[in-house]
Amino acid sequence: MKILVCLKQTFDTEAKVVLDGNGKIDRKGVSMIVNPYDEFAVEEALKIVEKDGGSVTVVSVGDAGTQDALRQALAMGADDAVLVDAGDTELDEYSTATILAKAISGLEYDLVLGGFRAIDDGSAQVCGRVAEILNIPVVNVITKLEVAGGKATATREIEGGNEVVEVALPAVFTAQKGLNEPRYPSMKGIMKAKKKPLAKKSLADLGLDAIAPKVKAISFSLPEARQAGKVLQGEVADVTAELAKLLREEAKVI
Amino acid sequence: MAKGIWVFAEQLGGQIKKVSFELLSEGRKVADTLGEELCAVLVGKDVAGLAASLGEYGADKVYVADNAALENYSTDGYTNVVADLVKQYEPSALLLGCTVTGRDLAAQVAQRLESGLLTDCIGMEVADGQIVFTRPLYAGKVIVKASVPEARPAMATIRPNTFPVASNAKAAEVVTVDANVGDVRAAVKEVIRVASERPELTEADAIVSGGRGMKGPENFKILEELADTIGAAVGASRAAVDAGWIAQSFQVGQTGKTVSPILYVACGISGAIQHLAGMSSAKCIVAVNKDEEANIFKVADYGIVADLFDAVPALKEEIKKVIA
Repeated sequence: MKILVCLKQTFDTEAKVVLDGNGKIDRKGVSMIVNPYDEFAVEEALKIVEKDGGSVTVVSVGDAGTQDALRQALAMGADDAVLVDAGDTELDEYSTATILAKAISGLEYDLVLGGFRAIDDGSAQVCGRVAEILNIPVVNVITKLEVAGGKATATREIEGGNEVVEVALPAVFTAQKGLNEPRYPSMKGIMKAKKKPLAKKSLADLGLDAIAPKVKAISFSLPEARQAGKVLQGEVADVTAELAKLLREEAKVI
Repeated sequence: MAKGIWVFAEQLGGQIKKVSFELLSEGRKVADTLGEELCAVLVGKDVAGLAASLGEYGADKVYVADNAALENYSTDGYTNVVADLVKQYEPSALLLGCTVTGRDLAAQVAQRLESGLLTDCIGMEVADGQIVFTRPLYAGKVIVKASVPEARPAMATIRPNTFPVASNAKAAEVVTVDANVGDVRAAVKEVIRVASERPELTEADAIVSGGRGMKGPENFKILEELADTIGAAVGASRAAVDAGWIAQSFQVGQTGKTVSPILYVACGISGAIQHLAGMSSAKCIVAVNKDEEANIFKVADYGIVADLFDAVPALKEEIKKVIA
């Protein structure tokens, strides 16, 4: 079983996001992590390979700094990594998916995994787009995955419940929280990761020309800070009565 | 030239989702500004009867793809049908609700049509002949305005509860189209719906959420009782989910669901940045927490510093009185 995992490096969830002098998101000094949803994908790939044999390759589109995220996946146990340096290409979901799909199409795979969304732009579309380009099926927001006999059975989240889906491989699956509990890299894993293969490719190496994104960002802003409102003081019986009245008459929300 | 503002009219079990009416209501304004038609796309089995209700919210035209194979949503089946329709009629924009289904479908259709898609938008306006969408990044820590300037249709999924519904009675023209469902590669073997009388978290008008202060799974009962009094959904913080007190599907925050209810009641939730990111677009936030220094009070419209085990049941009784 050859498994590919699409991985994105993102800001830490605890990071405070600020804008720079040009009104763009300031990346300076922000600590970076592996997108948590992609960690579920890495973990699931490792579990499958530990059970059935095979290999796990992690693939990312980014810049030189993205290596750290790929090394973390290697330290968790992935076998090798591919980093496509997009250079000056503006990355939106379309261009990212185009690059990922091109990188993947040059590799052997039975299964492609990724997080169902990244915590930065939260677009939840890159893996689906990759599946569309590769012309293979996608099953999104999975919380369980079983692979056997060239087929996969996945449980995916739907509104108000779950559905169990069966699909022939190769296919793309996107991980939802709850799929598994990602392992922490061990000291030994971290040491080993330093020697594992990490191939760096440019768009030209993949035979791609410049790709124009489809989406254009016009302006960024920080949300207006909410103002702290009224904190009601007094006995529980009094403040709850007052609150009920305020919700009804002032806020008009009940 | 591509023309027409299209709304995917999402239905589940013969019920059109409220978000679809919200999109038609706001889409009407966009269509009028651009001088284009507003059309709905209705896909499913035995759904033709629902077409008229879409006219009530402003649709000029409803394309109906009715086929037994479309009874349940499938990524392939719905993508094939919607993408074919778009190729045939060439709308300038296609809007979907940011629901589980809308999100799934939008990505596939966008790629098949090689267009751009803005997801989870919280605003939409017309500027210089383009639709400009507003969407949160980093779960709301930053807001971006963006457009799909050239590719068509410009696509977006819009968060439920973003726009009010406005009735705009029109007798919509119904166009029945052939639904070429094609090959559905991922076969649904089983559907497990968790019976719940409560609304879906991401679409609820009100949410009552619990955090670390709940102290255990058994105590969520008091939140459920308050929730049922006001027709709210129940939610939770990451701390409560990670403690195993409540299923992950209830989590609100950066690694859970992003919600925009009219009323959000945070009980025993400290207000970590990753939780606030998921709920600070609520119109009215109420916080109940013992710790008066808790971060949640910095964003709450109304706060009560008290033990939630006293305050939440009392609040339920008081609300019953005022809404009686």
